[in-house]
Amino acid sequence: MQNINWRLISTHTILIIGVLFMSLPVWVAFATSTHAPETILRNGLQFWPGGHFFETYNEVLFVEGGVMKKVTALAMLKNSLILGVGFAVGKVVISMLAAYAIVYFRFRLAVPLFWVIFMTLLLPLEVRIIPSFQVVSGLGLLDTHTGLIVPLIASATGTFFFRQFFRSVPDELLEAARLDGATPWRFFVDILIPLSKTMIAAILIIMFVVGWNQYLWPLIMTTKEENYTLVIGIKQIYQILAEGGELPQYQKAFALTILATLPPVLVVLVFQNWFVKGLVESEK
Amino acid sequence: MASIELTGIHKTYPNGAIAVRGVDMNIDDGNFIVFVGPSGCGKSTLLRMIAGLENITSGTIKISDRVINDVSPADRDVAMVFQNYALYPHMSVRGNMSYGLKNRGLPKTEINDKVEEAAKMLRIYDFLDRQPNQLSGGQRQRVAMGRAIVREPKVFLFDEPLSNLDAKLRVQMRIEIKRLQRRMGVTSIYVTHDQTEAMTLADSLAVINQGKIEQMGPPIELYENPATLFVASFIGLPQINLINVRFDGKKLNNGEVSLGGFKGLPTDTDLVLGIRPDTLSEAKPAKLKLRVDLVERHGAENLIYGTLIGADIADEDATEFCFKSDQHDLPDIGSTLKLNFDPKQAFVFKKSNGERLV
Amino acid sequence: MKRVQFEHSSIPYLFIAPQILIIFVFFLWPAAQAIYQSFLLEDAFGLSSQFVWFRNYADTVFSDSWLQAAGFTVIFSVLVTFLSIGIALLLAVKANEVIRGASTYKTTLMWAYAIAPPVAGLMGNLMFHPLIGDLYKFLNAIGWDFDHKLNAFDAGFVVVLISVWKQVSVNFIFFLSGLQGIPKSVTEAATLDCKSPTRRFWTIVFPLLAPTTFFLMVINITYAFFETFGIIDTTTRGAPGGATNTLVFKVFQDGFRGADLGGSSAQSVVLMFIVLALTVFQFRFIERKVHY
Repeated sequence: MQNINWRLISTHTILIIGVLFMSLPVWVAFATSTHAPETILRNGLQFWPGGHFFETYNEVLFVEGGVMKKVTALAMLKNSLILGVGFAVGKVVISMLAAYAIVYFRFRLAVPLFWVIFMTLLLPLEVRIIPSFQVVSGLGLLDTHTGLIVPLIASATGTFFFRQFFRSVPDELLEAARLDGATPWRFFVDILIPLSKTMIAAILIIMFVVGWNQYLWPLIMTTKEENYTLVIGIKQIYQILAEGGELPQYQKAFALTILATLPPVLVVLVFQNWFVKGLVESEK
Repeated sequence: MASIELTGIHKTYPNGAIAVRGVDMNIDDGNFIVFVGPSGCGKSTLLRMIAGLENITSGTIKISDRVINDVSPADRDVAMVFQNYALYPHMSVRGNMSYGLKNRGLPKTEINDKVEEAAKMLRIYDFLDRQPNQLSGGQRQRVAMGRAIVREPKVFLFDEPLSNLDAKLRVQMRIEIKRLQRRMGVTSIYVTHDQTEAMTLADSLAVINQGKIEQMGPPIELYENPATLFVASFIGLPQINLINVRFDGKKLNNGEVSLGGFKGLPTDTDLVLGIRPDTLSEAKPAKLKLRVDLVERHGAENLIYGTLIGADIADEDATEFCFKSDQHDLPDIGSTLKLNFDPKQAFVFKKSNGERLV
Repeated sequence: MKRVQFEHSSIPYLFIAPQILIIFVFFLWPAAQAIYQSFLLEDAFGLSSQFVWFRNYADTVFSDSWLQAAGFTVIFSVLVTFLSIGIALLLAVKANEVIRGASTYKTTLMWAYAIAPPVAGLMGNLMFHPLIGDLYKFLNAIGWDFDHKLNAFDAGFVVVLISVWKQVSVNFIFFLSGLQGIPKSVTEAATLDCKSPTRRFWTIVFPLLAPTTFFLMVINITYAFFETFGIIDTTTRGAPGGATNTLVFKVFQDGFRGADLGGSSAQSVVLMFIVLALTVFQFRFIERKVHY
């Protein structure tokens, strides 16, 4: 009896420490965001919520100049949302179409085109930052949603994921469909897509989080404040804080981090099963 | 000496499900006992409690007079053969068989000797350096057994080891297991849902239903003298014929059927009459009439299935009455067979609790 | 390949076109540009450029500052990989063991994945802030003369800590999945064969997790190379004196801040080769799948 109990206690202890390690920073961020800046300056980071929740968040979200020079957090939130959703949907659509073509059709350029798609794995954004910026700028797409989303959605991961999934669909399905007179498009729409529902959901969830959290690309191609996403706003607020000046508004900085974190975290929590599935399947 | 004693064993899962309700059992040293019963009856749970893989909610288990409730599985000196073999995928056959001994600190040479001896006994000597995924199902099962044998434990535990093998292999392995056990003389507990395995392997058979032991004893005893309706219908292939009846003081009645030769039965309770298919004959006088629906020819014998005329069958799952006859008996479909049986070979059960009255 | 396929002539081209188009415009063309620009030397105003062959490579890539960044990137990647894999493995194993509270633990350990690197960076930065940061005060209180603005080691410490923190969730999820892939009967057989749980872990569980571990190592190294840009950009920015520069950060810095297009492009090309090597390694060793 003794042995079992000790082991159980140590296991739970380790887990609790782990949970605290992972959660405390965010909790502290939230708690601190609800205090007045003077309190923070005086006493440092706060562990318990203060009384300024509504005041701070209201300012940050709705008041122009509340957190950035002009744009409100609400506007940035909108931008983040558009990016997240647009990226997720765009990625799914493009990859599904391409994967369908590759798996279900025999056509002459199939193999070379596949390798072209594969090449994107070798060219992460970080490696082609500056020329990408030049291209987008040249196309007049700076500071646009299109320019923000489109260049990101063509990487190979989504295509590989759907390709793998489509390959696991039994051949008999296609044979039966052809006997039933289905055209390629009908097969895709009536049979393949419904079959893929769970996978699509999983990928949408993951890609929403990935899109929302995009940093480098939005950083370099949004030049005007009103196009900032929340995640970029984080960067800017850091500048503002670092420049000191009057009373550094730490609570607003923390509030912004909470706002930037909340939607993707909520998505991950609510759709946890799909999220895990999507993550595990897509990385293989 | 490796006798096993179970006293008052109960097992309730945290979600409230009761797996085992009060099991008492004594198993003698060297005995081959089989736990048999339908899925979910608790037989595997019992086995796993003896192995230490499941907690015991209440009761005690003793091996060789030593209470092992709180002893860790590795210290209980029991070895187990799993249904899906549970071989360590990343180790060779040799590795799999040596692992347990290595952990117990035996010297390498001794481990080697034991492993090779067991391998020869099981005819897997040539595979010693292969990986499990290079072996067939039967070979893997033998490795699993080899892993158990090498340990020279006090008790062997088998958890439906042959379920994943094809029919022919199953028969072969069954014989091998029995032979091995007899040769080694180790107390063994074998769990299966397959009646044939149970009847042929067991020195002692325990029929388990809903967490309780319905009856325990030598297989033939359970066949000839079932204690409950459940045991009578579970043991015996083809399944025993069951008819709902009521006793009127002199005869058992159901609809148009009236059967004499019984006495001393309660008159105001629902009863079930059990007649084994092989105790029926076509001798006169006719006690039961059967309208033939199907004749199954099994080579040396025929099984004739039909609808009992004038009475209803007690079993919801089976709708057919079965009569075992010899291979030359080929009635036409739709014809009527007149059957007789000896009341002394029949069983009468109380319908409410399955208790056997006659 | 599928046994049965359509043999239509135009539909597949239509379907694959969007992706290919975007790839050409936004992937291949910029990559080609990067290679081209790496051979150029532009003047400060971008008005004229000179073809200088490999001078940019010689000047920028194998310069002291690049080597410093390379060195840090390697150390950084190794530390982040090992630490976050180690912590995640420990937590995954424990979370797999408990029954009560299992799903709560799993959920709370998982969700940190959703936090963007720069956000984590900012949070961490403020927690290490000299004025308000508790961690800063705490470390100084226990005798560590902590100053991540001045001390290279301290700066590295901050960046590693935040990066590890963020990555634990991902590894945790994959390890959990890997653990659940080990058949229960195998671990049960091990309980009968081996008394010590620790020994059981290292002889049975850990070897069977090898594919997952390998795979995560590649993922983590990639993460440390590339995705930590967000963290560094919101914390140390490579300070002090380039000590916490990663190769990726340097590309960005030299290109956007330093306006050294040629040099930055040269670095990009070198990075391309590194990615190539990593990808080849991944496909060769991982896709072969250490399978049993």
